[in-house]
Amino acid sequence: MSDTLLQAHDLSVQFGGVRAVHEVNFDVRQGEVFTLIGPNGAGKTTVFNLISRIYNPTHGHITWHGPQGVVNLTQRPPHSMAQLGIARTFQNIELFEHASVLQNLLIGRHVHQQTGFWQNLLFTPAVRRSERAFRAYAEQVIELLDLQHHRDALVAGLPYGVRKVVELARALCTDPKLLLLDEPSSGLNTEETDDMAFWIRDIQQELGVTILMVEHDMRLVSMVSDRVLAMNQGQVLALGSPSEVQSHPRVVEAYLGSADDVSHLRRNTP
Amino acid sequence: MRFIFKTHYNQDIQLAKHSGHVFWYGLLLLLLVLSPVLLDEYWLAQLTFVLIYGIVGLGLMLLAGFTGLFSIGHAAFLGVGAYTQAVCTQAGMSFVPALICATGLSAAVGVLVGLPALRIKGIYLGIATLSFGFIVEEVLARWESVTGGNAGIHLKAPNLWGHTVNSAEGFYFLCLVLAVISTLGVLNLLRSPTGRAFVAIRDSEISAQSMGIHLAYYKTLSFAVSAALAGLGGALYGHKMQFISPDQFSVLQSIDLLLMIVVGGLGSVHGAFLGALFLIVLPQLISLTKDSLPDAIALAPGLQSLVYGLVLIAFVLFEPMGLYGRWLKVRTYLQVFPFYRRGLFKRQKTFQKSERVR
Repeated sequence: MSDTLLQAHDLSVQFGGVRAVHEVNFDVRQGEVFTLIGPNGAGKTTVFNLISRIYNPTHGHITWHGPQGVVNLTQRPPHSMAQLGIARTFQNIELFEHASVLQNLLIGRHVHQQTGFWQNLLFTPAVRRSERAFRAYAEQVIELLDLQHHRDALVAGLPYGVRKVVELARALCTDPKLLLLDEPSSGLNTEETDDMAFWIRDIQQELGVTILMVEHDMRLVSMVSDRVLAMNQGQVLALGSPSEVQSHPRVVEAYLGSADDVSHLRRNTP
Repeated sequence: MRFIFKTHYNQDIQLAKHSGHVFWYGLLLLLLVLSPVLLDEYWLAQLTFVLIYGIVGLGLMLLAGFTGLFSIGHAAFLGVGAYTQAVCTQAGMSFVPALICATGLSAAVGVLVGLPALRIKGIYLGIATLSFGFIVEEVLARWESVTGGNAGIHLKAPNLWGHTVNSAEGFYFLCLVLAVISTLGVLNLLRSPTGRAFVAIRDSEISAQSMGIHLAYYKTLSFAVSAALAGLGGALYGHKMQFISPDQFSVLQSIDLLLMIVVGGLGSVHGAFLGALFLIVLPQLISLTKDSLPDAIALAPGLQSLVYGLVLIAFVLFEPMGLYGRWLKVRTYLQVFPFYRRGLFKRQKTFQKSERVR
């Protein structure tokens, strides 16, 4: 397939005796919002950490079909992911707490730096130019995500909802092809979740960024997702459109339990 | 209060953010240039030491304050710098090439120490650097053919392109120039992508990595720059002392250096120099007040260590941001006068604990 961006082949990872992810196959297509759902401990975040190379798969591999050609991600060091065009956010926000929002965003531009250590040490005109260009880029992201008020605020003093947005902004600053969002709506209220949904759509449609996300809030999932992959206990249950997956019998069973499970609890009514 | 109306991105990039900066730092520089006239010989020597320790403090600040890697063996780099300078100048090299050797060798040793630091963190890194400090001290004492062992080694006055800098004033200016250059270099690094990468590693390694920052490279780089500055300071220290022996670079010196940056204020360039000022001036103040104290206290051994310890505890408890943090508060108080209210600097505790992927 030519429009595939990321492909997981027989992806498995084992922690001791726990099969966190077991032979998972999926492909993310260029320009779509692809969502992973599943009950707690299903292995969604583990899949994320496999893609961003925090964990090594015990078996299987991931291929990246980016502008650089086909790349086997499992053979790349973790810090090269951003270079390839994969940015991520974290479930428990991982911002640079003691830096301002603007500095956080500028760190997102790190992969685009052209200047070396000695140039930076002397702060040559080339560094100054690139700093200005970085700033201009960061300002665009600030404008897109309405962060103007918080530009110079320290992250440590910001409310949770804003931090979530800052983290999204920082990921966008790397100018990614694929954005991995780990539970973008966790800890947000309904209004903030709606904003998030709006931005996710915006990022996908206007910036043309492919999005792979893990999400629990089914309202958000059905609002933005093109395709949904349901997982349970490290295995794939179903793949399809949000409504298909939601009504899939095995997904329902994973969330609510099967009909047989409760049969013996039923009262014998005449 | 000063409100800055920003009209260009350059305003955030420039070192001097507004005319006040230009004025005050200009005044400071002027005072420093005039101090050979203003101060007597004794206090000028103390000021020279402040500059030297300030350079070393800059290095340690970059490592501990900005990259978040603590070194409890930093005196070792000081020693490497001082001894390299001594050996090189004795071999007939003039001041500048010897200084480059001293700085370069320290940086190389810094890379060597930085490599294991890629795998260990926090207290374990502290222990590793501590033992490195012991190793270097031992090497300096035992490698008698080069270092002269415990008998120490003498340094001649620096020789700059045929001119021998004999006077205290001359050496003071040498230190001043090098201190200004080092400070500008560190400030440049901090406002460039390199410095931001350091801060990113300090705050969250995992997300620094996902932002494309090569952890191993930047940690090693931080160690190298920090060690280079310590080596530079060490070389100047050697020239100033004119005699060096291994016990000057013991673990006590390392702890002094650490104390210096913590008291000065972790994570601020000002803190390095404020800490150096504190480290040099405090013993003088203690000896000045000794005269007015009763003998039982004044002649007690360990008075200085006691005061040091108390001051450190007081800082950690009441002012974790150090002298620079205290200064920021005083400045804010003056700026918003008379609208300062209690608890302006009380920080909210954040109760969200993140279980970080390590």
